[in-house]
Amino acid sequence: MPYLGSEDTVRELRRALSNPNIQSDQLRYRNTILKVIRAMSQGVDVSGLFSEMVKACATVDIVQKKLVYVFLCSYATLNPELSLLVINTLRKDCQDPNPMVRSLALRNMTNLRLPSLVEYVEQPLTAALRDRAACVRRVAVLGWAKLHNLQPNSEIDAAVVNELYSLLRDPDPVVMVNCLRALEEILKEEGGVAINKPITHHLLNRLKDCDVWGQCEVLRILQRYQPQSEDELFNILSLLDASLVSPHPPVMAATLSLFLSLCSGLPAVSLAALERVRGPLLAACGSTSREMRFTALCHIQLLLRSLPGLMGAHYKRFFCGYAEPAYIKQRKMQVLVELVNDENVAMLLDELKGYCTDVNTDTAQAAITAIGRIGRSYSDSCLQILTGLLALKQDHITSAVVQTMRDLVWVCPQCSDTVCLALEGCEETLQDSQGRQALLWLLGVYGERVSSAPYTLEVFIDGVRCEASLGVKMELLTTTMRLFLCRPAETQDMLGRLLHYCIEEETDMCVRDQALLYYRVLHRGIGETRKVLQGRRSDPSLGVLIGRPAEPISQWARSFNTLEPLRQGTIEMESASRGSPEHVTFEPKTNTDLSDTLSCSQVEKVHSDSDSASRRTDSCADVLASSVAVALSLSLFPALSPEEFEHLWLQRQDLHSKQGAEKMVEEEDYVCLEASFQSTAIPHCSPQSLQAGLQLVNIQTLAFTPPHTLPWRVYLYTHAQHGHSGDAPRSTLILGELLHTGEENNRAGAKKGMCDGDVGVEGMQAERVREGVQTTDDGLSGKESVRKEEEVKVTLKQQPRDDQALKGFLSILKTVLHTLSSERN
Amino acid sequence: MISQVFILSSKGDHLIYKDFRGEAGSDVVSVFYEKVTALTGDQPPVVMSHKDLHFVHVRQGGLYWVATTTADSSPFTIIEFLNRLTALVKDYCGSLSEKSVQMNFALIYELLDEIVDYGYIQTTSSDVLKNFIQTEAVSSKPFSLFDLSNVGLFGAETQQSKVAPSTAATRPIQSSREQGGKSEIFVDVIERMSVVIGSNGVLMKADIEGEIKVKCYMPSCSEMRIGLNEEFSIGKSQLRGYGAAVRVDECSFHQAVRLDEFDTHRILRLCPSQGEQTVMQYQLSDDLPSAPPFRLFPTIERDSGGRLLMYLKLRCDLPPKSAAINVCATIPVPKGSVSLSQELSSPDQSAELKLQSRAVDWQIPRFPGGTQLSALFKLEVPGLSSASMLEVGPVGLSFELPKITVTGLQIRFLRLSPVQPGPSQRWVRYVTHSDSYTIRI
Repeated sequence: MPYLGSEDTVRELRRALSNPNIQSDQLRYRNTILKVIRAMSQGVDVSGLFSEMVKACATVDIVQKKLVYVFLCSYATLNPELSLLVINTLRKDCQDPNPMVRSLALRNMTNLRLPSLVEYVEQPLTAALRDRAACVRRVAVLGWAKLHNLQPNSEIDAAVVNELYSLLRDPDPVVMVNCLRALEEILKEEGGVAINKPITHHLLNRLKDCDVWGQCEVLRILQRYQPQSEDELFNILSLLDASLVSPHPPVMAATLSLFLSLCSGLPAVSLAALERVRGPLLAACGSTSREMRFTALCHIQLLLRSLPGLMGAHYKRFFCGYAEPAYIKQRKMQVLVELVNDENVAMLLDELKGYCTDVNTDTAQAAITAIGRIGRSYSDSCLQILTGLLALKQDHITSAVVQTMRDLVWVCPQCSDTVCLALEGCEETLQDSQGRQALLWLLGVYGERVSSAPYTLEVFIDGVRCEASLGVKMELLTTTMRLFLCRPAETQDMLGRLLHYCIEEETDMCVRDQALLYYRVLHRGIGETRKVLQGRRSDPSLGVLIGRPAEPISQWARSFNTLEPLRQGTIEMESASRGSPEHVTFEPKTNTDLSDTLSCSQVEKVHSDSDSASRRTDSCADVLASSVAVALSLSLFPALSPEEFEHLWLQRQDLHSKQGAEKMVEEEDYVCLEASFQSTAIPHCSPQSLQAGLQLVNIQTLAFTPPHTLPWRVYLYTHAQHGHSGDAPRSTLILGELLHTGEENNRAGAKKGMCDGDVGVEGMQAERVREGVQTTDDGLSGKESVRKEEEVKVTLKQQPRDDQALKGFLSILKTVLHTLSSERN
Repeated sequence: MISQVFILSSKGDHLIYKDFRGEAGSDVVSVFYEKVTALTGDQPPVVMSHKDLHFVHVRQGGLYWVATTTADSSPFTIIEFLNRLTALVKDYCGSLSEKSVQMNFALIYELLDEIVDYGYIQTTSSDVLKNFIQTEAVSSKPFSLFDLSNVGLFGAETQQSKVAPSTAATRPIQSSREQGGKSEIFVDVIERMSVVIGSNGVLMKADIEGEIKVKCYMPSCSEMRIGLNEEFSIGKSQLRGYGAAVRVDECSFHQAVRLDEFDTHRILRLCPSQGEQTVMQYQLSDDLPSAPPFRLFPTIERDSGGRLLMYLKLRCDLPPKSAAINVCATIPVPKGSVSLSQELSSPDQSAELKLQSRAVDWQIPRFPGGTQLSALFKLEVPGLSSASMLEVGPVGLSFELPKITVTGLQIRFLRLSPVQPGPSQRWVRYVTHSDSYTIRI
């Protein structure tokens, strides 16, 4: 921090410090030192006073000593030579009869962080481990960890490690916990402190002597212990039961974390533990500290993923207080949406309605989105509220409502009538591009039912010259085209004007290319145009996702009691701002959900299933599964010519064949994956609809065989991009082949295709489970029949390697293929 | 594991900076401030990341209390630690403010040094810490002629024996040692209520979170016994007898509290350590023993001139002898409201249109129980439509109810044993705050 006049300050302080008159007056001396420290914490560079401060160190006044040490520890690394002078004083203090002085000297000796001083420090540290005062031993134990980290490559002194292990039996609980901490650091390379049965039980017995912080530390370290028998496990669990309902949130969270890791094989016990912590967690939600409330809320969201009914009866605890900050209100609303059921829906909507007119626009929009989410299950009452809000004619509310309606209609097409009625007159209040884009999309898709649609569009087209947003222009083009298809008489003239403007005058390449594309498509005749433009109006596959099944606890247990759940919100927020539903950024998370739900409901197939393709893709599947959902977006640029594609594909083919039997080829930057998809319909789809369907999600088909021929092949490619929270988005190229070889071939290779088959079946079966039509048993028998049917084999090649993107891509591809085949059926 | 701890003022001035592990430079302090001020309103600020470093912070007393950590540590632990740190600083410095932190920075460095070593929390118990902390607190309380809270009518100190001055509990705990000050002990029963009342006057939600806090200024106190109401019961099943039972849903105690006499006589035994500690916490949901303290009867209409008329009657249902203070009703009004004219029933009240928060604030300094106040607000809103009426409400009330607990929890007695030598004073205070009191219109 630039600080004017800092040189003068330092000069003045130096003069004062070396003034013998001041030095002899203890109070004045101390006050001068105080001034130095004050300057230091304000950011002034006072390192020039080091030698004067070293002199000030030799005093009997403990307060002054402490102050000088604060200074010395901050600047020692800048003055290693001068710091040597302090060592003598410090070593002398280590012999002081007062334990406070001893511990103070020892702590600061190790805090100087100078590798050159290690030899002087070791001897007093060894002695201090046997000091009779606990406060000195506490410092000494951690001192060894500091020494070790100062010279990370030096050899570990076995004698010290043994001494530390024996100090685990120290009567002082803080010394014990510090030993754990120190050993954890010193033995980091060996995997931390060794936790065996005697140590575990010793620690558990001492748990009640420790304070909150010590308990948390012990509980965290015990997570590494694996009980040898079930009896022992239950003994441990019953010892821990009291701390599970501790009034201190840190202890409660650490205990639950330990419970979950100990009971990873016993889901029933884990669920019971979640029920137990409900009370303390709810109490933490009502804590006076906002930050603690927020933390508890984030963790409740995690718990709800596995136990959706956990907080059902306590939904009122998540009503927002009017003075709460926006970020807490938003979390509470996210929780409220999860808790909705037949009994409380009226109360909940009433409450949420109150937030829609909040002064804070973010809160208002979040409330509207929350109502939209509830609308997926209770559409009538929600739509009533949403249309009521439109009457307020405020831009941010209208925009949020229109976007929410668009998302709702995409999932529940049955709402479209009400929505179409409500849309009239919205365009006057809409200001932001997101809201107008949503309005345009709705007009395009339901144009024939909104009587004023062409007039609304005309206003947009007249103003297109002043339009700043690229998204709105693109959406406007598509909408006008769509409207032209259903109401040609009213739209033809304005479509002509729009295309003319976009092709002749528009400077943005994207808009111009899109316009050119539509222009050429129109030349091909109305039938072709219809095929290209009339995409889906809704996504039935999303519809069945509403009743989200309970996730297994293992999905999130690892991130419980870490900072991860508190950071997730920002990621969700990013993917929330998006364009039309067709261009939704898919999240690979749903796919992992699918396979996981299945592998735990399966009877025997568990292992082959969880080892099958989607999981096999990555050696670290678990890590991925527990990690945050990362938004994945696909794009077609830069385009790939057929020649390039062939080249890349064949080049990879060679590599692949060389590997022989290995199905999965893993290299530094390249991965090849095979999976398959069960469908009777896909090979009989018209190539046009397949192409259109895939293009909607930005997958380009390059070549395909005509339908009904065997073998039937399609080649496709895309660029996948997904952004991790921090780093720059990575782009990878994915090449794919869909192959349908016919029934006989499939049977011949039945054995080989076994694993692949399971992947496809998983997808299908999961759908059934979600729909709740068939029970698991039915699903199994269904699987047999499915296997006899035809299957499409998917071969994917990716470069550079990015498992998460590949997995996400596979799930998108499956969704598209599934939709296409179901539409055909 | 904590890498650094620093305290920033709301303007971003560095007040305290302490590096425990030497893993990151002090430049992250400015990085933190840039990040936290750049956040938009809806982004959760509690945890932020910069490279491998995570910032966890709490805001207390208008200051940022920040801990940085590299490992993926427990958020519960770090936030609880920061809260505990603020409580300790408050105990030692008397109050939490930029000024008191600035004046006592040496003391805070000393505290941090004892509390955390190498990023590991050692102890936060004030019993242990009092042996180590040597620096005296500097009190920032200016002398004020207007601080007449402990002077009674005509200057006679009539009430002093009964009521402690409001500032009595905001002094540093250690100053008593030198000044030979009074050895005092304060037991506070503090309840926070969050209530939602529907537009039809039906109580839709009522939650009470209560706590008993002990603030001890005695250098040594052997044992204290706090007697609660005898008919105090926990949970729904445990109702004792009929009538004036005091009931809570859940209840938890500080680990130092001994409960051997609790089941039979409802007595808590503990040895309080210096400083403030929460002895007991309890909650009650949905089942208030008495009527909610405030009721609102609104009439809202549009007059012929396109103005919005709000006629509000607010009734206070407290017992007649008690009163609510600092009552403030916040009434959200339609967007675009320009001006307000008001008719209030007494001159000490005031009302103001806050354009920033789009609301009318109606302030009532003192509101006795059993009375009713009314106010007529006329709002000039250009382009008022019938839909705009939707934007009026819900009304939020904030208030303080001194000497009242909504659950009815009382402290029967407070005994110190053995009896303290010299003058010692014991204070019991009750207060109920509104956490969130919402009345829908």
